Amino acid sequence: MAFTLKINGSAHEVDVDGDIPLLWVLRDVLGMTGTKFGCGQALCGACTVHVDGKPVRSCQTSVDSVGDSAVTTIEAIGQAPQGAALQKAWLELEVVQCGYCQSGQIMSAAALLKDTPKPTDDDIDAAMSGNVCRCGTYQRIRAAIKHAAGV
Amino acid sequence: MDGLFLREQIAEETAMSRRAFLQGAGLLLGFALTGASTESVFATTASQVVENEVTGTFAPNGFIRINPTGAVTLVIPMIEMGQGVYTSLSMLLAEELEVKLDQIQVQHAPPNHALYVNSIIGIQNTGGSASVRAFWTPLRQAGAVGRNLLIAAAAKRWNVDPATCRAKNGVVFDALDSKHLSYGELAEAAAKLPVPPAANVKLKDPKDFTLIGTRAKRVDSPIKVDGRALYGIDTRLPGMKVAAVAISPVLGGKAKTVDEKAALTVKGVRQVVNIDEAVAVVADHAGAAKKGLEAAAITWNDGANGKVSSADIVKQLEEESKKAGVVARNGGDAGRALAEAAQRVDAIYQVPFLAHAAMEPMNCTVHLQKDRCDVWIGTQAPTITQSLVAELTGLPKDAIKIHNHLIGGGFGRRLEADGTVLAVKIAEHVDGPVKVIWSREEDIQHDMYRPYYLDRLSAGLDAAGKPVAWTHRIAGSSVMARYYPPYFKDGLDPDAVEAAAEPPYALPNIHVDFVRVEPPGVRTSWWRGVGPTHNVFVVESFMDELAHAAKQDPVAYRKGLLRHNPRALAVLSLAAEKAGWGSPLPARHGRGISVQFAYGSYASQVAEVEVAADGSVKVKRVVCAIDCGMYVNPDTIEAQVQGGTLFGLTAALHGAITFKDGRVEQSNFDSYLPMRIDEVPVVETHLIKNAEAPGGVGETPTAIVSAAVTNAIFAATGKRLRSLPIDTNSLKSSS
Repeated sequence: MAFTLKINGSAHEVDVDGDIPLLWVLRDVLGMTGTKFGCGQALCGACTVHVDGKPVRSCQTSVDSVGDSAVTTIEAIGQAPQGAALQKAWLELEVVQCGYCQSGQIMSAAALLKDTPKPTDDDIDAAMSGNVCRCGTYQRIRAAIKHAAGV
Repeated sequence: MDGLFLREQIAEETAMSRRAFLQGAGLLLGFALTGASTESVFATTASQVVENEVTGTFAPNGFIRINPTGAVTLVIPMIEMGQGVYTSLSMLLAEELEVKLDQIQVQHAPPNHALYVNSIIGIQNTGGSASVRAFWTPLRQAGAVGRNLLIAAAAKRWNVDPATCRAKNGVVFDALDSKHLSYGELAEAAAKLPVPPAANVKLKDPKDFTLIGTRAKRVDSPIKVDGRALYGIDTRLPGMKVAAVAISPVLGGKAKTVDEKAALTVKGVRQVVNIDEAVAVVADHAGAAKKGLEAAAITWNDGANGKVSSADIVKQLEEESKKAGVVARNGGDAGRALAEAAQRVDAIYQVPFLAHAAMEPMNCTVHLQKDRCDVWIGTQAPTITQSLVAELTGLPKDAIKIHNHLIGGGFGRRLEADGTVLAVKIAEHVDGPVKVIWSREEDIQHDMYRPYYLDRLSAGLDAAGKPVAWTHRIAGSSVMARYYPPYFKDGLDPDAVEAAAEPPYALPNIHVDFVRVEPPGVRTSWWRGVGPTHNVFVVESFMDELAHAAKQDPVAYRKGLLRHNPRALAVLSLAAEKAGWGSPLPARHGRGISVQFAYGSYASQVAEVEVAADGSVKVKRVVCAIDCGMYVNPDTIEAQVQGGTLFGLTAALHGAITFKDGRVEQSNFDSYLPMRIDEVPVVETHLIKNAEAPGGVGETPTAIVSAAVTNAIFAATGKRLRSLPIDTNSLKSSS
């Protein structure tokens, strides 16, 4: 059936079954490939997007559950102040290696900074431990979040 | 398994070596005459990765393309998978070409053995921590050839001696800096000049480097923080379908029943492809394909491997390892020295099968047509992939187009082309391009695993505690024998014994042998750190046992055996010093050390751990000293030490693939556990600067960390761990 999704400020109409995960609608139907598939079970965070500002795992978010909510993806997070600050910090501290998980890392971190502008290490652990990085960039992710937050 | 053998005709292809190419033979004119390109892709100045074939007016060799707009494209022979190779290899080229890193674009090299072979590996593979080692000189030569030609073109136009001109940041200046011409302005003229032999071109003195050795920014970072970076899985083509795939859970099994009708009723599903070993559901998007695959409710005939179990595999290793193996090293008379020693130490070590579990799941997009086959993939082995697809399709190699991509984590998994072979077999039944995506469960359960090894060691100590005899038998699968038969000589796998046959220590009587044991129903392959990941754990743990038996401090004991090996001694001393070796720690805390020479680099690590009363292990700090000779980018090295350490540590703490009824028992990140941010230690890097030949870095910290941690656990608890992953049950406090 047809759904109208609000993604990064624009309306997009898609015609898929309602139980199809938002991840595949973004990637395959709408061609927004910045959001990544990692595990399909909400275990790795690579597919993290914001729905009404809250981080969700798009691989476990059915398209019919999104409704009128505003979806934000990595392609547009730089337009939010936290996203821009994080992207800048990511570059300054050279966080990325393979880069595959970093869309999800930045989306989780942006949600963290929105709610908790000056996060502690425990805040970072709690907000970021759902995001897996097999290259092991965690040390720099932590440093970059603090750098972006000015703590 | 046959399909995965390397069938590259290397001997034929080396006739046209890279050096010959650089010197202007063969294909050079073909490149130089390709003509000006006015594609808009050249107009951008920001660093980016160019996905498509790039040609340019000025193309003096396989690595450099400069067109009249001044856009500089560097073709990078090795693939970027996070290790920073697009930056480090670009730095080598840019240093000598005299362009700024932010002036260039990088391009994935196409498969071409003659041009892009890694001289250390002998094939165009990215692996073995060999990229900088292999290309340190060739890429600098390539850059210098380019610079010389561009200067010569300017000098000709100004009618001056080229020796009076200089190049900087993509511009040639005359002696007085009064005249200048950009590389873009010179490109067409430079392309018409004869190419000097690479060996005749003077390279910069390392003391004059302005880029090599600096913390230059990664060229691939900007596109990796905003979703622009394209991995193989991001391939999108007109008319492309997406396939979800289920592979027989038992190696060699076949699909028994497939409810094709149920799958086809799912909205968006177009087709079900059953190739026996796997079933693919082809749909408009992956969501529909996965839903259709579930609806297909596939059942399987397990075939011959339906009873394979880890217990049987280990039993087989235990038995086979009692027999003498193929000798990898024999110095002195270890048997006699062992018999005469004052004290004897024996141990058996074991390490498990490991999956790669890269973040980008296995995927491959294929468009098979009558006269060509296009493959979109992130691969560490483009020439092998091309050869296998040619063989499978019956098409000539040059009809197989490999469109390489950034890799979302390789770790050795993408040295194998099994995913591409499977995708081509599926594509044979599909009209138009099809992207085959594996689920995470398929990815983990159909990996090609780091082999399970079982090692038997014995040592004899003299009255002073010095090792006078050392014997080490390694039993396990030979990846080399399958992957690269020419390197598997007389039954010896040099990878399986690397860092065991030649430990850094003075061991006058040493005997090391290898027993090849292939487990049934299990595919094995390269894993980050290759042979040394297992051997360094074993050798450094056993060396710790000897220090303990000799009642000596582990650092002091090793120092006594490294007097002949100043670089190993230096990293050991530096790591110990920076870690505060010997300073007091609370109860159930401990430090452990390990030392390694592998991939052309020396490294030493000290791990500091805390073992809780319930046996759980917290690694608090890892200090790494590394001597990799002349280096390109210290920031990348630090990143690799941080990440590579965590890759090894993850395996030491959590990693094991096990088999039951022919099936892998783990499936996703809840059963094959990755480290997460709340678990990671601080990793410190101390880099030694010297003028030695460049060594590898990407795998160095992965191989060395396990022993440092288990040695630290021994220091904290008195419990010696001789198998991985770490069994926390065995570490519970007895009090």
